[in-house]
Amino acid sequence: MRRKSLRQNILIFGILAASLVGPKPATAQGKNPYARDAKAAKLGESQFRINCAFCHGLGAQGGGRGPDLTRAQKKHGSTDEDLFLTINAGVPGTAMPANGTTGQGVGMTAEEIWQVITYIRSVEKKAAPVGDAQRGDTLFHGGAGCATCHMVNGKGGRIGPELTSIGSARSVDSLIESVRNPSRRLAWGLIESTKEFPQEYLSVTVATVSGEKFSGVVLNEDNFSLQMMDRREQIHLFEKDKLKSYEISRESLMPAYDTKTLTDQDLQDIVGYLVGVSSK
Amino acid sequence: MKSVSAKRTLSEIILAFPIFCLIGGPMTHAQVSYERIRNAEKEPQNWLTYSGNYNGQRFSALDQINTSNVKNLVPKWVFQSAALGKWETTPLVVDGILYGTAQDDRAFALDARTGRPIWEYQYTFPSDIRPCCGRVNRGFAILGDKLFFATLDAHVVALDAKTGAVIWNVAAIDYRKGYSFTMAPLAVKNLIIVGVSGGEYGTRGFLDAYEATTGERKWRFYTTPGPGEPGHETWEGDSWKIGGAPAWITGVFDPATNQLFWTTGNPAPSNRGAQRVGDNLYSNCLLALDVEIGKLNWYFQYTKHDEHDWDSTQVPVMVDLEGKKLIAHANRNGFFYLIDRTNGKLISASPFAHVTWSNAKDAEGRPVASQGSSPTLEGNRVCPGAAGSTNWMSPTFDPQTKLFYVTSREQCDVFSTAPQEFEEGHAYYGSAYFPSDEALPYWGALRAIDPLTGKQKWEWKHVTPSWSGNLSTAGGLVFTGDSEGNFIALDAASGKALWHFQMGGAVAAAPMSFAVDGKQYVTIAAGSSMFTFGLP
Repeated sequence: MRRKSLRQNILIFGILAASLVGPKPATAQGKNPYARDAKAAKLGESQFRINCAFCHGLGAQGGGRGPDLTRAQKKHGSTDEDLFLTINAGVPGTAMPANGTTGQGVGMTAEEIWQVITYIRSVEKKAAPVGDAQRGDTLFHGGAGCATCHMVNGKGGRIGPELTSIGSARSVDSLIESVRNPSRRLAWGLIESTKEFPQEYLSVTVATVSGEKFSGVVLNEDNFSLQMMDRREQIHLFEKDKLKSYEISRESLMPAYDTKTLTDQDLQDIVGYLVGVSSK
Repeated sequence: MKSVSAKRTLSEIILAFPIFCLIGGPMTHAQVSYERIRNAEKEPQNWLTYSGNYNGQRFSALDQINTSNVKNLVPKWVFQSAALGKWETTPLVVDGILYGTAQDDRAFALDARTGRPIWEYQYTFPSDIRPCCGRVNRGFAILGDKLFFATLDAHVVALDAKTGAVIWNVAAIDYRKGYSFTMAPLAVKNLIIVGVSGGEYGTRGFLDAYEATTGERKWRFYTTPGPGEPGHETWEGDSWKIGGAPAWITGVFDPATNQLFWTTGNPAPSNRGAQRVGDNLYSNCLLALDVEIGKLNWYFQYTKHDEHDWDSTQVPVMVDLEGKKLIAHANRNGFFYLIDRTNGKLISASPFAHVTWSNAKDAEGRPVASQGSSPTLEGNRVCPGAAGSTNWMSPTFDPQTKLFYVTSREQCDVFSTAPQEFEEGHAYYGSAYFPSDEALPYWGALRAIDPLTGKQKWEWKHVTPSWSGNLSTAGGLVFTGDSEGNFIALDAASGKALWHFQMGGAVAAAPMSFAVDGKQYVTIAAGSSMFTFGLP
């Protein structure tokens, strides 16, 4: 019994100690003390480059990895206090990490977070107009065929990335490029510690020893095993050394939509639909 | 901190003793003399320094687990750190007890056969510490009956090996200026050698030596020379005061010449050379220091005036080949260097990964930066990327195959630079960097390199880049891990995978091996768990 109680004591001590060294106790009370301070915005830009630009891009315009922060309307709250919380605590379920928890950049002090917010405010602009969301909805789930592979709000296919939040998670330019040239940049993960998707929607073709063939997307893989979904949305699990052959490609299964297949106006409307859905 | 001492029954000790004698190790408890560390190869059942012994080879002479039976390897125990973040430690093992550190400056001693804790310890540090890259700690040094580790708030701490009680705790420097410690100290003679982290904060790097009994600092070597010192002229103005050049990976020691060989990191700000014109000595160097007084005997600079954050903080490995005393070093900048360790002269430098930053060598044979490789305001694509062709993960040298094994990364980045005003204690990069936008995958490989030719003998490809260190053993094996959570045993001669185990967490540590009661084990941390494997 003595050993057990000692062990419990150690555990309790550990929990107490962990709470002492837990996440930074920065709080977001009140307003930004540096609001509209040009010097603070400049300091904030340096911190932004170090800690944020990896995903949100130089100039905070987003891109293929993170949201465009020059939009005044922010997905996870647009007030100074909201921004502080988002930066400090991260956004669970997304690639946005809590302050100081990844190898990307360093942890920021409360003062530095406010400086970054001052910088973001200094580059905000009115959102560029996007297309007709209602028409885009019809196209997405109908004639353009997007929903064959992509799901939004629980409706659609499974072989491509789920897109309910994509309109706020990516810049408009990035969304357009992903449709016109889907293989240029797959819906990839980030660096190892902040991978957004376990898979990158790599294409795969498998041939088994018994003569079966499957093609589809990689759900996950390591050096020894492969988990994939075929075009009929069936999941297959393989040990690589027991396969006759397999080939993994960075050519996306998604066709490149040129302007003949999908006009610029149609694409603008689909983007309008995705941006609208993502902000709800 | 409450604790219990190691207890063994008399019958266990009686049973264990003859087997220990067969392996050749003394049966003492936690009294690790300098003589024992210097002669670590005589007790291969123990793992006495971060890299195993003083030469940095991370080679285990144990051969019970070998190419013919490794397929039978099974997990023997798992110890959970109950902490999040990368677990980068290499534990020590002395006479059946495993001593490790974990995330958030935790520490513990375990029964190495069962994984049962003997004591656990949590260092407490302030909430405003300045670690650049996670709350990591890479391990202990041991000397006498004390364990030594260095903390995230830039203290050096001695613990009693039997209880985990604090014997002494000294502040090396004010952490609020951006300093921290992450590396495992090295115990040499009566000194505890530590190198500082903080190259991201505009610090001034240094190595310290502390007297093991008292914690008194015996010497400090600043890695950026002050006025009047040789090398001071390689810094523009006062840039040496905030020039970085940290020393955050455990170096090696050569008893024959009484020298430490220690490597240094990037100059600060890491991606903006315009604020520090010059070679920026002793950033990105191999230093040969007199261990008694911390005097510099010679240096070799791998990357002059680095603008890509390519710390040279890789373990420099002492190897003796063809009658030559050498240092083998696979650098973050993508070149494998062979250096004469008697004088610091470069023998050869060969690329071991895809490199675009250099297409020429200087008169000494050192790769030099090509025009247009510097970061620009808009961004400039350079290979390797900021994480480098390798990083801090430990390489290994196998004296049986005479091959050097290094975890390599294939990733290019777009490097951007912008002026940044220095503010004490604030991150100071002068930069941003991004993965290259092209649809190229990152990948990695464990590469086997012949040090004499610099040529690759084989490679084991990783699906994504790995952060695992490597261990070679007399059993003809190389152990490595991957970011998918696998622990893998490869045939050291051919690179063929002979065994693997899915641990469920990415590896950011290096494996080590030890034996207790005549049974060999292999240990590695993955995710928040430390796994120990053995034969059934």
